[in-house]
Amino acid sequence: MSRRLFTSLAAIATALVGAQAQAQDFAVTHATVALGDGTEPISDATVVVRGGRIAAAGAGMATPAGIPVIDGTGKWVTPGIFAAYTDLGLWDVDAVDESNDKSADDSPFNAALDISVALNPASEHIAINRAGGVTRASVTGFNGKSIFAGQGAVIDLGADPQMLVQPRAFQVVSLGENGAKLAGGSRVAAYVTFRNALREARDIAAIPAGADRKSDVLLTHADAVALVPVVQGVQKLYVEVERAADIRAVLALRTEFPKLDMVIVGATEGWMVAADLAAAKVPVLVMPMNDLPAQFEQIAATQSNIGRMTKAGVKVGIGMFAGMNQPRYAPQQAGNMVALTKVPGATGLSWGQALAAITSIPADITGMGGQKGAAQGVLKPGAVGDVVLWDGDPLELSSAPVKVWIDGIDQPLTTRQTRLRDRYKSLDRTYLPKAYDW
Amino acid sequence: MRNWPAMVRALPLAAMGVALMLTPAAGVAKKKDRDKDGAAAQTPYPSTYRPYPGRPTALVGGTVFDGRGQRIENGTVLLKDGKVEAVGGADLAVPEGYDRIDARGKFVTPGVIDIHSHLGDYPSPSVEANSDGNEATAPTTPDVWAEHSVWPQDPGFSRALMNGGVTTLEILPGSANLMGGRAITVKNVPSLTVQGMKFPGAPYALKMACGENPKRVYGEKGQKPSTRMGNFAVNRQTWIDARAYMDGDHAQRDLGKETLEGVLKGEILVQNHCYRADEMALVMDMAKEFGYKVTAFHHAVEAYKIADLLKANDVCAAIWADWYGFKMEAHDGIPENAALLQQAGACVVIHSDSEDGIQRLNQAAASARAAGRRIGIEIADEAVIPWFTYNAAKAMGIGDKTGSLEPGKMGDAVLWNGNPLSVYSRPEKVWVDGAMLYDADDPKRRPVSDFELGLPGEGDVK
Repeated sequence: MSRRLFTSLAAIATALVGAQAQAQDFAVTHATVALGDGTEPISDATVVVRGGRIAAAGAGMATPAGIPVIDGTGKWVTPGIFAAYTDLGLWDVDAVDESNDKSADDSPFNAALDISVALNPASEHIAINRAGGVTRASVTGFNGKSIFAGQGAVIDLGADPQMLVQPRAFQVVSLGENGAKLAGGSRVAAYVTFRNALREARDIAAIPAGADRKSDVLLTHADAVALVPVVQGVQKLYVEVERAADIRAVLALRTEFPKLDMVIVGATEGWMVAADLAAAKVPVLVMPMNDLPAQFEQIAATQSNIGRMTKAGVKVGIGMFAGMNQPRYAPQQAGNMVALTKVPGATGLSWGQALAAITSIPADITGMGGQKGAAQGVLKPGAVGDVVLWDGDPLELSSAPVKVWIDGIDQPLTTRQTRLRDRYKSLDRTYLPKAYDW
Repeated sequence: MRNWPAMVRALPLAAMGVALMLTPAAGVAKKKDRDKDGAAAQTPYPSTYRPYPGRPTALVGGTVFDGRGQRIENGTVLLKDGKVEAVGGADLAVPEGYDRIDARGKFVTPGVIDIHSHLGDYPSPSVEANSDGNEATAPTTPDVWAEHSVWPQDPGFSRALMNGGVTTLEILPGSANLMGGRAITVKNVPSLTVQGMKFPGAPYALKMACGENPKRVYGEKGQKPSTRMGNFAVNRQTWIDARAYMDGDHAQRDLGKETLEGVLKGEILVQNHCYRADEMALVMDMAKEFGYKVTAFHHAVEAYKIADLLKANDVCAAIWADWYGFKMEAHDGIPENAALLQQAGACVVIHSDSEDGIQRLNQAAASARAAGRRIGIEIADEAVIPWFTYNAAKAMGIGDKTGSLEPGKMGDAVLWNGNPLSVYSRPEKVWVDGAMLYDADDPKRRPVSDFELGLPGEGDVK
């Protein structure tokens, strides 16, 4: 939970649902510790959490006195996973529309849509992904009828009602095949729509409060206002594109709109323009396993995409978790990038880089790398106390978290899935139906 | 439901109402044709697949998983004349004339098999022009054959081979329809034609689907079925009509009823998309009512609730490791599904239903095993391998031909650069019928489909 946003109102709400767990000081000792900053794991190391923050992490320190100590022998410690660009908290059952707030196809609004009001901390998927070691995430809506999908948020996955870390953390625009379709049928139209929208945002920012806008406008008032922080570079703009040519075109937008604080999302062909991305210092979020020409804009897909971009100096994080690309799969995807280092001709990531691609790098790209407030996705003094204790190598398929702390608070790992599992571990129904087993 | 079009593949095709169906493969026609007064005297669209030339090959010194639950340390596998010649320990001598491959530190398994794929009928790129998996124009279409939709140039076949070690797969029609049509089993070899991939002697299968998809697809059209009871009514009447056809004089050929007759005679298998425990129980009773057998329930996310019933009925559960929640009938999926089934002695098959998932069936199986271990169900590596090799083959009716490393079976094998149940391992070499069709050390042993030729990324490591 974000202490920054912890209001008296939230405290009341918390009191209503039961006693709020408190952050406890603790240490994990003798564990293999991976800091999440790109460095390789440290054996026989210690992590100390005090006041909900990381106090220390590394090897060769004395066991701290006066706080609970967990023996991490044979176990691993990492920062909590930062799952970038997810749909967490926006749906219960994806295909059940009433339970799903991911998109609003019939709304007259687009850029003004702010998903933070719909986030549901009681969503079973929050608990399930928390049990997989995910402690933070960014959440996005999906395009309705516009190239603008609206504004996403940053959340934590703590078992408490206050999940919102930062609302309106970014705006989303689609400028590839999807954007072309939404804009009326071509990329050409998508770019005109985009430029016009930013012009309307500039205009509305320039007129005195209460004055009328020009009559020649397409955007609703709310949408134009929503784009003001984008054009001013105050709010990040996530641009969904896949094709190499589309990435070049997006990078060129900065000559026209120099303040745009862009993140490229998708970038399946990013490896082909890695030098341009590096020079432009525009970070990227990718689905690392993409290796098929699933669309024409992804013709050159390869799993070496993230490795090649990283090698070229691009800041690349793993992201785009939605549908059955579950956030808890992040470690498996990172592990696959390590696997590539053994495949002739492929470019993968070192183990430390791979962990960083699901922790500190996506946090940093999201503006949560310590730019303001405590850093997320990393074990270093002052960072948020998001710590995961694993029963083995965190990127390996056989491993799972045994303990998860968020802001120093020990989290429950029970989920609807573990309840189902425990109910049906035995199929015996001799004495009572299963409905009585709970 | 809305997701990024560019990542629509992150959703199961089944969830989208993109129909997934299973159909049978080729070899059953002989017996059936005799009933047709010679009308279909030849198996139509016969397989033209011939194994590619291979060299006698010895994989020496690796850990061998035979696909039937055996593990051999420091093992030797001999491939010759397209077949598995011998499998043994360090004492198995390598005869003269064999290419010797040092497999020390590496692992050998049978070729991976996916019982549920839509490669070719929902190919990449995912464009309307090639979207040929669902004949969603009538609730029962047992007359359509998935093989007539398969685009052999789908780049997905090569990814399944190179990253997944897949040597055999069953391509199904989708699940929009109660009876989606015939599935086809193919060898994963690049081919100009589907006949050139068709698995010789594999039985056909009928893809059936219960639950949400058929009732939604047809309910939205304002026609029957629009409910689960409608699903059953349409199915039951169709079986009654099929029985009448079977008992009739066959004077007038009926393509759909020929398929259903094959099912009733036990020549065509039934691969049944079905999620919920209660519906699977109803479907098994429907099978009893009309005298056929369900071979496997696909996507059976609730199979763990009726593991005993599935075992008693000898029906396999073909499942993902841990997909859940994407639709109402998938709400109760849990990662321990496979392990709980295994514990109950039921048949487990790990399937993909995805051009991405098919590249990592080994990883899905490893995840599912790990979930079981955490609740005290220990399943050894060698007992997990059959989930994506022999068990799949058996449920596809080709367990006597492939799916395990046993003398005389097809020389379908994968040399992995590490334990296939580790996230850090990948196929290093893949043989189909003794022919090496992928070699990580040889860039020219990466198949490039016509579609990818001359486009960015051609021949790249994928």
